[in-house]
Amino acid sequence: MVETVLRQSPLSTCHPEVGALAEIGEAGAALRERPYRTKVNLRGDAADKAFLKAVAGATGIELPLEPNRTAVIERQFGPVATLWLGPNEWLFTGAPDQAAALVEALDGALIGRHAAVNDLSGSRTTIELSGPRHLDLLAKGCALDLDLAAFPVGACAQTHIARALVILHRTAEDRVEIHVARSFAEYLWLWLLDAGAEYGVVTLAGAP
Amino acid sequence: MLLIECPWCGPRDEQEFGYGGEAHIARPAKSAALDDAAWADYLFHRTNPKGLHFERWWHARGCRRWFNVARDTVSHEILAVYRIGEARPDIADGDR
Repeated sequence: MVETVLRQSPLSTCHPEVGALAEIGEAGAALRERPYRTKVNLRGDAADKAFLKAVAGATGIELPLEPNRTAVIERQFGPVATLWLGPNEWLFTGAPDQAAALVEALDGALIGRHAAVNDLSGSRTTIELSGPRHLDLLAKGCALDLDLAAFPVGACAQTHIARALVILHRTAEDRVEIHVARSFAEYLWLWLLDAGAEYGVVTLAGAP
Repeated sequence: MLLIECPWCGPRDEQEFGYGGEAHIARPAKSAALDDAAWADYLFHRTNPKGLHFERWWHARGCRRWFNVARDTVSHEILAVYRIGEARPDIADGDR
């Protein structure tokens, strides 16, 4: 885990906390970074009932087995979302600084099993895109059908936006979370601002 | 641009995929016993048909799973998608 006093979000220069717009108002779309959020990757055999049971026992999380779907549970520090990334791969996302406890719980429950747990919190940052025109904006760089009927609340997908690899997660009807590698974060942020200019895109102060 | 149906993720843009060449080529069981011609045949020689072709694709920018596709190399029509380990579907070149 990175020392919190040293860490710096890859978008820390892109959304100054001072002077950032407070709300979306009349804008068609809004960008907000959600820095430092916990991201823990889990690999294991979905066909192994004992593996699923061990994960549920240690974390209370029933792993989603349907492709491109998420499961959300409430915790004291906020919701933890589990994203299906592949038939043997999941990503847990949640409030910052929860990775160590989650990894420890999973490690303990999965001893001796064919499974892998990795804290990837520092590998990606999260951009939240919202607003009435956010799908028009995304359509400029993403070929996936993100209409609510095809990509409902709780859906997730690994795909690319303007050539940058991302994990998309629809957290509400009017917003998606974009998990992007930190080396691509600034590029994608600037691309979203450029593509969103015609919709009056605004940036909101970052908040975990 | 092809719309390829990943067996897990559903229809996705071709840009998310990598191409893996002809499918159902089994590695010879006793490769050390092969002569050069037979080894070269396994390594390099492909059917390269005009029409029905069984091939491997990789959902590189999605779930990163390999799978098989039956595709018409003339029309690019995708006739079947099936997972690694599943039997080759019963499709003949004249079926369309």
